[in-house]
Amino acid sequence: MSASVVLFYLLGFVSLVGAIGTVTSRNVVHAALYLVMSLIMVAGLYVLLFAEFLALVQVLIYGGAITILLLFALMLTRAGSDFKGMDHTQKPLAILAGVAVLAVLLFAVYGTTWPQTVEPASVAFNILGSSLFNQWAIPFEAVSLVLLVALIGAIIIARREERE
Amino acid sequence: MIPFEHFLILSALLFAVGVYGVLARRNAVLILMSIELMLNAVNINLIAFAVYLAPTEFVGQIFALFVITVAAAEVGLALAIILRIYRNRASVNIDEMDLMKW
Repeated sequence: MSASVVLFYLLGFVSLVGAIGTVTSRNVVHAALYLVMSLIMVAGLYVLLFAEFLALVQVLIYGGAITILLLFALMLTRAGSDFKGMDHTQKPLAILAGVAVLAVLLFAVYGTTWPQTVEPASVAFNILGSSLFNQWAIPFEAVSLVLLVALIGAIIIARREERE
Repeated sequence: MIPFEHFLILSALLFAVGVYGVLARRNAVLILMSIELMLNAVNINLIAFAVYLAPTEFVGQIFALFVITVAAAEVGLALAIILRIYRNRASVNIDEMDLMKW
């Protein structure tokens, strides 16, 4: 087994442990930290796939920004004070649904005949960037607009209203 | 070379864990975290497809970038809504958010 395969299993296992920790932890802050663990390990997987730019974006946006936002939300809503009400009574059904989704996905993965796969290779940053700003310029602008509108909306929704 | 299917299996596992989290949690912020897990699993899939099946076009990588951006927008907006709900109802338990249910 080559080093990259060993690394893949290691990263995959830790990210799975992190994911399971996120959905089962009794402490909300621990859940958020498990989520960071899982997301950073996935960034490692991107590096194994030679998608270095995506790995950087993953660490910056998921590992940094989104986690900080989630932790702020946990603090501001005092979500950690209610340990009993954290898990739903429909937990067995949720496990059933998760297993069913997994079964369908695995069935699809093994039932499909994939085209010839190639050895993963690196895509240079500049090629990715020029493609993003030439071929994909309009979707890029659209997604920028979505982000802008969402952030303005978030500010307006979260703003404290003045008494009339 | 890591077998292509292994990435898909890992992503399926992460997605299933996310589905479980969305259904089993009551706290809105924890549900949001589970949704992030699911989006992340989709991204692994997209990038694996891009790298293994269409290495010259890397559309999957661009798509994953867009998914990450939309996820960031979604988290920002959802957390604002959750804060607002908490301010109005002093709770983020989704079972109590039944005002629009009939």
